[in-house]
Amino acid sequence: MLLLKNCTVINFDKIEENVNILINNDKIEDITKEEIESATVIDCSGKYVVPGLIDMHVHFRDPGFEYKEDIESGSKAAVAGGVTTCLPMANTKPVNDNSSITRYMVEKAKEIGLIDLFPIAAVTKGMKGEELTEMGDILEAGAIAFSDDGLPVMNSEVMRRALEYASQFGSFIISHAEDKNLTGDGVINEGKISTITGLKGIPAESEEVMIARDILLAKLTKAHVHIAHVSTKGSVELIRWAKKMGINVTAEATPHHFTLTDEELLNYDTNYKMNPPLRTEEDKNAIIEGLKDGTIDIIATDHAPHHRVEKFVEFDNAAFGITGLQTLIPLTLNLVKSGQFDMKKFVYLTSYKPAEILNLKDRGYIAKGKKADITVIDDKIEYIFDEKVNKSKSDNTPFFKKKLIGAAIYTIKDGKIVYDFHQQ
Amino acid sequence: MSFTKTDLLGLKDLSKEEILFIIETAEKLKEINGRDVKKVPTLKGKTVVNLFFEPSTRTRTSFEIAGKRLSADTINFSASSSSTSKGETLIDTVKNIEAMHSDIFVVRHAFSGSVKFIAENTKANVVNAGDGTNEHPTQALLDLMTIKEHKGGFEGLNVAIMGDIEHSRVARSNLWGMSKLGINVRLFGPKTMLPEHFKHFNCKICSSMEEAVENADVIMMLRIQRERQSNLLLPSLREYSKFFGLNKRALSLAKKDAIIMHPGPINRGVELPSILADSKQSVILEQVENGVAIRMAVLYLLSLNKKEG
Repeated sequence: MLLLKNCTVINFDKIEENVNILINNDKIEDITKEEIESATVIDCSGKYVVPGLIDMHVHFRDPGFEYKEDIESGSKAAVAGGVTTCLPMANTKPVNDNSSITRYMVEKAKEIGLIDLFPIAAVTKGMKGEELTEMGDILEAGAIAFSDDGLPVMNSEVMRRALEYASQFGSFIISHAEDKNLTGDGVINEGKISTITGLKGIPAESEEVMIARDILLAKLTKAHVHIAHVSTKGSVELIRWAKKMGINVTAEATPHHFTLTDEELLNYDTNYKMNPPLRTEEDKNAIIEGLKDGTIDIIATDHAPHHRVEKFVEFDNAAFGITGLQTLIPLTLNLVKSGQFDMKKFVYLTSYKPAEILNLKDRGYIAKGKKADITVIDDKIEYIFDEKVNKSKSDNTPFFKKKLIGAAIYTIKDGKIVYDFHQQ
Repeated sequence: MSFTKTDLLGLKDLSKEEILFIIETAEKLKEINGRDVKKVPTLKGKTVVNLFFEPSTRTRTSFEIAGKRLSADTINFSASSSSTSKGETLIDTVKNIEAMHSDIFVVRHAFSGSVKFIAENTKANVVNAGDGTNEHPTQALLDLMTIKEHKGGFEGLNVAIMGDIEHSRVARSNLWGMSKLGINVRLFGPKTMLPEHFKHFNCKICSSMEEAVENADVIMMLRIQRERQSNLLLPSLREYSKFFGLNKRALSLAKKDAIIMHPGPINRGVELPSILADSKQSVILEQVENGVAIRMAVLYLLSLNKKEG
C-alpha cells in the first residue's frame, strides 16, 4: 500500500485539494479526505498530483542505434520526465515494420518495468513508402498506431490505402507531414534567419502542403489521421479548418516548437537543429493558440536522442532532433505560469487527451479503480539540467546545462515509485 | 585604431571602422606587390594553412601569394567537404593540422557556418575563405577596396548587385559591408534566386534590371553557379543571358562613370558579354589584384592577435 497525502489532484475537468490517494498494487484504491494509515507515505503538500504523462511521440533507437538511446535509458528518461507511457517511433534498425520487432520492444520495456511502451509501427515496409505493413498482426503484437515518422509517406495513394486499412483494425496513421521535394536539403526554417545565416531553408509550406493532403485523405477515407509535430501557423489553420469540417484529425505540438524560434539559429548551434525546424515567433504563437483552443489536441516531445559526435559537426551534417522527455514538464509549465492555460489544460494535453486518442481507458485520469500511474510535480523546484539529472544516453538539447524550473519529483507507475527526483 | 579580432569570419561581425581599417592596411601593403622583389619579412616563421574543403583555384592562389609575399610558410590542404569519408570528423582534421603548430587557417567549406565552427574549436587564427552561401569576407573587402579606388569613398553610392543572390556568399558579405558604409544597395535577379527574405537586409529588391542599374555607380554581376543549383532555378543559360545578363542598353541607364564588377570567374556571354567584361568600365582584373593586398592585410592583422587559452 502506498499513500499519497495532502494531494492537490489535477484532472482535466476538476481539481481536488487536500485529498489522500491510496494505492493498492497497481490500482488507485481510494481517493479520500479521511486519514489513512499506510506503510509508505508520500507527503504531496504544495505539489501537483497529475495522471502519469503519456508521450505518444518518442524515439528510443532500440533496436539498432542503442549507442544513442535504448529502451532502458529511454524508460529512465521518461520516468524522470514524469512520463509513464511512451510510444516509440518505428525508425529503428531494422525498422519496426513487423510483429517480431514490435514484440521485442514491448517485452524489453516490460522487463525493465519502468513504463508502458506501445510501439508506433511503420506504415510501409522498410519505411520505403511503397507497401503496407501487416498492420493487423503488428497490432496484435502490441503496437497502437502507424507512422513512417522521420519520413513522410510521399505517395498519396499509399497514404490513402494506409488510412483505410489501419482504420479497419481500429487504428490510425500518424503523419510526418513533409514534402521532401520542397524541403530539399534545407536545414532550418526558410525566412529571415536562413537568409542571414546562409543556411538552407525549409519553407513552412513543406509541412503545410502535406497536412492539407492528409486531411483531405482523411476526409476521403473517413479514417483518423494524427498530425505529428505541428510547427507552423498555416498548419494550425489547416487543422482548424479540418476540424470545423468534421474531418477525423488530431494533432500534436512539441514543447520546443512552442518555446523556441529560429532566431536561436543565428549562432549555428546544432542543438537547435530539428525537423520540422524551429519556426518564427508568429508560428510559435499560433501553436500556443492552437493548444489553447483545442485545434492541437496534445503535447508530445518527439524525444530524438543523438550521440554527441552526431551534433559536434558542421551544421549541414548534424543530425536533426533534440531530446525532450525531461524538458516536457518545465517547458509546458512555462505556458501555465505565463497564463496561457491552467493546470487542468496541462493534464488534458499531456495525459487525458493522449489516453483518449490512443484508446487507453485505464489511464489519463486520477480516479478510483484507474491504473496507479501518477506524477507528482513540483512547479517551483529550480535545478540545472546537467549530467546528474539527465537520464537519457544523449544530451542533445539546447536546455542542457541550463536552469529549469519545475519537474516531476515522484513518478509512480503501476503503484510503484519508479522515480524520485531527490534520490538520483 | 587597433584591430583586435582573432578570426575573420564575415563582415557581419565587423564594425565600419574595422572594415575601413583593413582596407587602409591593404592600401599600404599593395605597394609591395608592385616591387621587383615582392616580399617582406612580416610573417616570417608563421605557418599559414589553406584548408580547402571545396575546390577553388583563384581564392586559394590569392591567399597563397598573399602569405608568401609576407614570408609566411603557406601550405595547401585540400579535402572534400565530407571530411567524414575516412571516418574523421571536421574538427579532428582541424585538430591534427593545428597539432603541427599552424598559426593561421584559411578555410573554405561548402557548408554555411562551418568556418565559425572551426574557429570556435582551434587555437589558430581563422580566415573565412567562403563558407557555403554565408560569407566570403575577403572578396567583399577587395570589392570595397576597388570601389574606393574608383569612387573615392562609399557614402551615398548606388550599387546594383545582380544575378544569383540567394546562393552567393559574395552578395551576403557585400550586403553586410555596404550597408555599414552607407552604400545604397539594389538587388536584382531571377525570382528563383532572389527570395523576398532579402528584404531583411538593408537594401532594395528591384523588379527589373532597369530599376536596379538606374543611376548606379557600381554594377556588380554575380557568377551563375550551376554546380550548386538544382536545374529548376533557371531553364537555360540562354534565357538567363537574355533576361538577366548585363547589356549595353541597361548599362546606359547607369552613371556614365559606373564601374562593372564581377567576382569571377566570368561565364562570358552569360552574366556579361565580352564587350562589357573587357571594356574600360570593367574593373574585374583590378579586383583580382586588390584581392592579394586585402588578403595580405587580413593575414597580417590576424597574426597580431593570439587567441586566449
